[in-house]
This record gives sequence, structure tokens and C-alpha cells, in this order.
Amino acid sequence: MPLGKPTVEHIKDLAQRYPSKQSAIIPALWAVQHEQGYVTKEAMAEIAEHLGLPASLIEATASFYSMFLTRPEGRHDVVICVNAPCMLRGADEMAAYLQRALGVRDGQTTPDDAITWHSTIECLGACGGAPMMQVDHHFEENLTEERIDSIIERLRQPAAAAHPPAAVAAAPAKRKPATKRARSEN
Amino acid sequence: MPVKPILTRDFATEDLPQLKVYERTGGYDGFKKALEMQPDELVELVKKSGLRGRGGAGFPTGNKWSFLPKGVYPRYLVCNADESEPGCFKDRYLIEKSPHQVLEGILIASYAIGCNLAFIYIRGEYLPQHDALETAIAEARQAGYIGKNVLGKGYDIDIILHRGAGAYICGEETALLTSLEGYRGEPRLKPPFPAIKGLYGKPTVVNNVETVCNLPHIVLNGADWFGAIGTPTGKGTRVWCMSGHVNRPGNYELENGTPIRELIEEHGGGVWKNRKLKAFQPGGASMMVLLPEHLDVALDFDAIQKAGSLAGAGAMVVMDETTDVVKAAWRVVRFFARESCGKCTPCREGTNWLEKILKRIIDGHGRLITRMPPLPFSSPGYQFCTVEYLICAPSRAISSTTAACNWFSSRIGAVQPSR
Repeated sequence: MPLGKPTVEHIKDLAQRYPSKQSAIIPALWAVQHEQGYVTKEAMAEIAEHLGLPASLIEATASFYSMFLTRPEGRHDVVICVNAPCMLRGADEMAAYLQRALGVRDGQTTPDDAITWHSTIECLGACGGAPMMQVDHHFEENLTEERIDSIIERLRQPAAAAHPPAAVAAAPAKRKPATKRARSEN
Repeated sequence: MPVKPILTRDFATEDLPQLKVYERTGGYDGFKKALEMQPDELVELVKKSGLRGRGGAGFPTGNKWSFLPKGVYPRYLVCNADESEPGCFKDRYLIEKSPHQVLEGILIASYAIGCNLAFIYIRGEYLPQHDALETAIAEARQAGYIGKNVLGKGYDIDIILHRGAGAYICGEETALLTSLEGYRGEPRLKPPFPAIKGLYGKPTVVNNVETVCNLPHIVLNGADWFGAIGTPTGKGTRVWCMSGHVNRPGNYELENGTPIRELIEEHGGGVWKNRKLKAFQPGGASMMVLLPEHLDVALDFDAIQKAGSLAGAGAMVVMDETTDVVKAAWRVVRFFARESCGKCTPCREGTNWLEKILKRIIDGHGRLITRMPPLPFSSPGYQFCTVEYLICAPSRAISSTTAACNWFSSRIGAVQPSR
């Protein structure tokens, strides 16, 4: 699927912004993931074309970073941190509960395409509110089983807001978090 | 008398992220004052203040700046906001609460080192914080703090906000620069240090978020004021991130030299559930553990190092008496095994084996060993970066403290005394 015009314009603009156009690779990959939900080899080839760089370079960079997705996932992205500081405050129990509540395993998507969840052992920087999880890039801290239930219920709504209204105000309206689109939209 | 907070002084002010509110609290006065000074004077001021980098290594900031070779331009300033040490969440807090304080610090540092293009490298996971900085940059540009001929003083500065994409190693300064150049984030050989050959091969200074946040206050109040706070070798305050088994986890800004006991017992409300303290890590999950007997050690780079650990990025992870320390160590090592960039063999292979060994102990299949196998190459100098050295902290802990040795050996059974 070719990239949309605004994304292409944005990538060309990025190439001008940095002293070296190669620095635009990561922002360009973000732009693609923002538009398409994940980054395909075809999209990487297109980035390469717009930046005037070899496609292998784009792939080499993209494959290093854990946040670039190479396949479609659910509408919402739930990541629970199980690194040591979170583990000390019960993150393993919360991850186990999340798995039971969603009925799918770590890294998988619920059958209704609403939620892809995984546990991460890269610290998410919210140890003060442990146990915590990141829902579409917004932190949900001091988790309990009840809170997990209410978050899941919210995300399962067909047109669920990615995060509660209070958190929306903190982020500029023009940028949506880089959530993944459902397969049906692609 | 306890010293008042410096960086977090105004954090209770409503809407502080807005430029107008920030200006009302004295915001950008430091930058205005800095523009009246010569860049060299600023470098001297920061040198004299004794400010040390808050990212982990504790290198004197003014000295770092003065290493830039004379007459070589362009030169770059990169603000390291790739906070990802397990247990650390102060940079996120500082950005969230006062993004303009970060920008003001970056502007002062840029002016001092003669840089016209600065970067903020923020980790990919911090999207709301990225957006807060993006809004702040737009506001500051509108107000004339960023752009051409800033405040009519003939100084040009632009700031590019660059978002990472998930890689622990990019918090290491040379890996960060490699990543910013668009490559896989692998560390580079030092020397040459970034000050000589950094971003795009040009002289570059990499400063942590908390480090730059100190600058407006030092410029406004002077080096002597700053020098009077803290300890002789650790000036000023630090924002400590407290997590784990305490009643009130969170960020606490305390004067350097404050006893660890005060941080854990008074500010953190003590160990939770009325339990006893077993151990704590003063600098984040990759640092050596300290024991209750170390509670009166001062929160200070040198004092903590003397006690056998490192202050690192200021993350205090507290463990109560019920903690399975072996499991906690395994979790941290597993994290490093996953996050190792793979460039150097000791780290790529060593973390993998260390993880397997610890898992084996947890599963009750520990074998009699007197030394962790990766030890022979876990000394500095065998890798491009220091990360692998830190990963082996658990294995060093075993050989250094009897208590830690017992935590591990009790899981294995009778242990042969090492010869």
C-alpha cells in the first residue's frame, strides 16, 4: 500500500530538517507507523526512495528498535512492565490477571481485534506508580484487578478513546498516539 | 536546616508547563541573564559551581563543555532524555512538570558552548512527554527564545526534538549519537570522545535532562550559592526516584549528602507493610545492592561509591525482608540480555549465560559454583560501553558481601568455600 501524500510530504520535509538526511530515518518510520499502523518492507523501500538512501539502510535501522511493528496488531496497545521495580510491587500477578482477563497470551491480539497486549521488561519509567501498564502510550499506574477490568472494558468499546479525557488535554490534539489500526481498516 | 528544592521548587504551581506561568515563576530570567554574559564566562561559572552530570557518570559539566576544541564549528548540544535505567523516572517527571525549565537549560548550555543547533533525544515510550516538549518548543519559538537573533542579542539557536523507538542502549551517549544519525543504536569506541568527534563527526556535548535543569538556577543565583549546597564533591540537589517496597514511592528532590535513611524512612514513609529492610539499590537496578547497615551513608556520588555501589542515575530501589533477591537479580539480568545491542561479545553472550544460570538457581537446579563464569571479562575496557560491566553487578555482589552470598548460596545448598 503506497504511503499517503501527507506522510510523503512529511518525510521530504524531515530530510531537510536535519544536517544529515539519514537522521530522518527514525522520524520517517514513525510517520509511516502512524499512518499505516505498522511498517512493511514496501513502506521502507518508499522511505528509502524519498530520502535518497538505500533500502537496506532503512531496514537495518528499523529492525534494531523494538517499537517499530512489522505486522498489524489490535486497535489498542497494552504493555505491562514486569521489570524488577514493578515486579517488587506485584507486576507479575497483574500480568497474569491481564492474561486471564483477555484470554490471549503475551504478544497476541484478542479475537475482536480490540487489544494486543504484551509484557515488557524494558523499564517504562513509572516505577513510582508500580504496578503499571501503558495503554496506547498513556500510563495507567497503581494497577489493581478492578482497574484492569475497567480499562479493558473501556478499550473493548467499538470507538473507544485511547485514554481517559483528562489525559487527552495534556497532549496536543493534532497528534494521536501511534496506535495500531485494526486489520479491517487496512 | 534542610535546603529548599531547586528544580522542583515551583512544581505545585498550576499550569507550569505553560510559558506565561513559567515566566511568572522567574522562568527564562536565567537565559536572559546568560545572554548578557560572554559564553566563556558561563563555562567558568558552571565549572566553579561544581555541577556534576546527573545522567549516571557524575562527570563535571563545566569540564565537559571546556573539552570542545577551539574554533571547530558547527558544534552540537544533545539533551539526553532517553531515560531507561530500571528504577529511574526523574527525567519524565521533570519534563512533564516543567518542560520550559528543560528548554531554558538547553538554551543556556547551547549559548555557553557556541552551538546553534541543539537536539533533545527522548525515548519513544515517552509520547505525552514528547508532546509536552513539542508544545513548549513552539511556545518558546513564538516568544522569541528560540530562532534567529534571540531576544535581539544576535544569537541563533534552533532545537530539534528527536524521538527514539525503543532501545535501552541509546541512553549511552555514543549509542545515542549513532541513533540520532539514523543508524542502529550501537555504542562507539571512545576516544575520540563526543566533545572532539560527536554527532556528524563534530564536537558535541551530551547533557542529561536533570543536569540542564540546574543551569537556569546556577546562572541566576551564582556559583557560590550553588557551591554552598550539598557536599564538597557533590554540589546541589538530586531528584531521587524511589520505588519498590516503600509506603510512598515517587520523586524526591534532596540536598546531596542527605542520609539514605532520611530518603527511605521520612520521605518514602519507610518500608511497607511494617516489614524490615533487606536491601536497596541506590542507583538503579543495575547497581550493586547495599544493606541496612548502609542506611547512614550519604546520598552522594562519592559516599555511595565508597560504600560499594554507585549513585548512577539516582534511582533508589528498596526491597523488604520477604524479597527474593535472586529473582530480582534474574529479572534485571533478563532485561539486559534482551536489551544488549549485540555489538560486543562479553555482553551479548555473557548476559545470556548469566540469565540462564540465575534461572537455573531459581528453578532449584543451581550447581555448586564459586564464581560466575562471565567474571573474567566483566571488567571495564573489554567493551565499547560500560553497560556490560554493570550487568555483572549481581555476580560481583556475590563475591563482595557475605549477606548477598548467602542469598544465592541458600538457594543452591551447601556451598564450597572458595579457595
